[in-house]
Amino acid sequence: MSEPSQAPSPLIPVPRAPVPQIPAAAPRREIEITIDGKRVAVPEGATILEATRKLGIDTPTLCFLETLTPVNACRVCVVELEGSRTLVPACSRKAEAGMAVHTESERVLLSRRLVLDFLASSVDVSTAPTLRAYMEQYGARPDRFGARAQTVAQAPKIDNELYMRDYSKCILCYKCVEACGVDAQNTFAISVAGRGFSAHISTEFDIPLPQSACVYCGNCIGVCPTGALMFKTEYDRRAAGTWDETQQTQTDTICPYCGVGCELTVHAQEGQIVKVSSPLDHSVTQGNLCIKGRFGWQFTDSRAAT
Amino acid sequence: MYVVDPRRTSSAQWADVWLGLDVGSDISLANAMGREIIVSGLANEAFIRHATSGFEAYRQCVEKYTLDRAERETGVPAEAIRQTAHAYAKAKSGQICWTLGITEHHNAVDNVVALINLALLTGHVGRYGSGVNPLRGQNNVQGGGDMGAIPDRLTGFQHLENPELRAKFERAWRAKIEPKRGWHLSAMFDAMERGELTLLYVLGENPVDSEADRHRAVKLLRGLKFMVVQDLFCTRTAEMADVVLPGSAGWCETEGTVTSSERRVQRVRAAVPLPHGVPDDIEIIYQLARRFGHEWGMPDAEAIWNEVRQLSPMHAGMSYRRLEELGGIQWPCYDETHPGEMYLHSRLWQEPLIGPRAPFHAVEFEPPVDELNEQYPMRLTTGRYLDSYNTGAQSQRFPSPLRRAATIDLSPEDGERYQVGEGEKVRISSRRGSIIAPVRFDSGLRPGLAFLSVHFHEQVATNDLTIDAVDPKSGTSEFKATAIRIEKYAEK
Repeated sequence: MSEPSQAPSPLIPVPRAPVPQIPAAAPRREIEITIDGKRVAVPEGATILEATRKLGIDTPTLCFLETLTPVNACRVCVVELEGSRTLVPACSRKAEAGMAVHTESERVLLSRRLVLDFLASSVDVSTAPTLRAYMEQYGARPDRFGARAQTVAQAPKIDNELYMRDYSKCILCYKCVEACGVDAQNTFAISVAGRGFSAHISTEFDIPLPQSACVYCGNCIGVCPTGALMFKTEYDRRAAGTWDETQQTQTDTICPYCGVGCELTVHAQEGQIVKVSSPLDHSVTQGNLCIKGRFGWQFTDSRAAT
Repeated sequence: MYVVDPRRTSSAQWADVWLGLDVGSDISLANAMGREIIVSGLANEAFIRHATSGFEAYRQCVEKYTLDRAERETGVPAEAIRQTAHAYAKAKSGQICWTLGITEHHNAVDNVVALINLALLTGHVGRYGSGVNPLRGQNNVQGGGDMGAIPDRLTGFQHLENPELRAKFERAWRAKIEPKRGWHLSAMFDAMERGELTLLYVLGENPVDSEADRHRAVKLLRGLKFMVVQDLFCTRTAEMADVVLPGSAGWCETEGTVTSSERRVQRVRAAVPLPHGVPDDIEIIYQLARRFGHEWGMPDAEAIWNEVRQLSPMHAGMSYRRLEELGGIQWPCYDETHPGEMYLHSRLWQEPLIGPRAPFHAVEFEPPVDELNEQYPMRLTTGRYLDSYNTGAQSQRFPSPLRRAATIDLSPEDGERYQVGEGEKVRISSRRGSIIAPVRFDSGLRPGLAFLSVHFHEQVATNDLTIDAVDPKSGTSEFKATAIRIEKYAEK
């Protein structure tokens, strides 16, 4: 091979070249389905939920999240599919050409209301604003089961200084299990234990978090829809009556630690950081953080003391 | 995923293959992979011909690095090296990512070059999904370099010794720029030793704890005529300063940008007000300029950024508005219609080739400077824990459940050899210093390899032991390879 003479020099800027492109994905065929009498086209492989959203139809979801694999746990997104004996979960059922779907039939509304009735009768939904909005929307009446209705009420688990777990608020949506497992962190510190009404989220043998595999990324808190998993800072302020979301600002910035560049949403109240979250739709980490990004901000408060 | 690391870290446990090489034997491993790729006919000859130079010298150099030799020098079984070489060469796309295990060595740049050679050999560069990626340890270390905090560069990597580029900056700044490159950090300490550097302005760095061979670093800092430290906290460096200026938590108290490991420039924003009496970092610099007789007007992060865009072609298209809309932009971004570039070096695949050829550099294996012998028979390497960060100025201030006492980590086999149990204290001595630390066993360490973190200098002063043998090109110290001796320590 001949050795060329032209050697690169650091003195000369590198010349421009064509802009790199992501290789085009194989084109997806568009298929058409009918929802509530309206026709809509979606790419093959899309779910019924994606189709309803494209039409602007508001389909409730609790266990579904764009960044996690659907687990069909909550059944609040069910819709009626012509030709199907049972209602189907919109979040995971793929759209097929020619499907006819009804999202507001009597059966659908009843089923969604029942799901909300059962959940709210057994779980403390006081810090679950989305769920409460659905209850209002679907006319849920959890009190109709009376005072004897079984609940999952229990004392909150506080075994570390970063976050606490109040499983009396847990609707078993599995999101935390998925975020701890293959959908994000691959730590597998928690799973679902027990069966039937005794099913619950647990570390192995229910050991405290500091003895478990937990790495305190807090990605479980990031996906929890009911406040069952909560920053200790938020929990303490709520207990003291000083948590006031109307007085809070949310500002997007970048984590001060490593070079990944995770986007943080800083929640501040009275000029103090009260918690940190991360937007799900940001391309760098899709809402996932590590212990330093989610909890390592407390140094900004400790300067007065030093 | 193939993980090359002397320690069996959690990443190594996740990997398909772990190559547990001896500390500092990276070039032997990389050269043996290169040789194996060539002799197996897996080199990308079309790419080598089209876009590279210096292949013949490289081929001759790596010819000596047989799999058997590499097994002897690295401790990695020859078959594992062969398998890794074949997998990398045959992959549709392949990336090499590294961090300080490659760069904190006396031959840091050679280590990096040895890896770049592999990418050139296989054409795993300048294509989607391929590349060579140094993973940055800090949220703006890339940005710092991009802005010109490199001895021979101005903003946007523009070379200080290029008269045309220099003239552009001189016109914009209405000031003369010396056509003379500056010092990197290690060279600064050498200059202190020679008495050529007598004044230091330290911004957000804690060299008293972070420099290798701490005794020497402290002695030299003490010999300065004047030191200013600007920091969030009264670090041990700040304690030595003549003047301490308050630093702001840039990421949540000020406006600006940082640049991540993937060259993505992103906006940081003020989420909380600055503490009472703490000015914005830029304002401190503006006030200093004022005392020097230069009136720069009102500090304004966006205006400064727009000046960067005017002078640095690779940042030109990154308006604050676009950074916001696109969630950050990866440089280069030449104008306001340019989307930024997700990978570099696409030019190497253009027909005809755009710009100069990418050179192979033949580099030879050289063991770490701090040699093992009978007196210092163990290898000490250093690193980080998940929940902690550098000298701990920030990370020690949150109550992490993962945090544990500072320890010297040993393999259980070495525990037996030295007759020490977990929690027992030992004296650790190197050619430069001696410290006491309790033992923790880590089965991810092999016999003969010890580990100290860099976070807890007030309990265990790791850098009392480390060597400041410096890479001549990058100025990085060999934090990763210290020769030590371990002795039982009886508390009085």
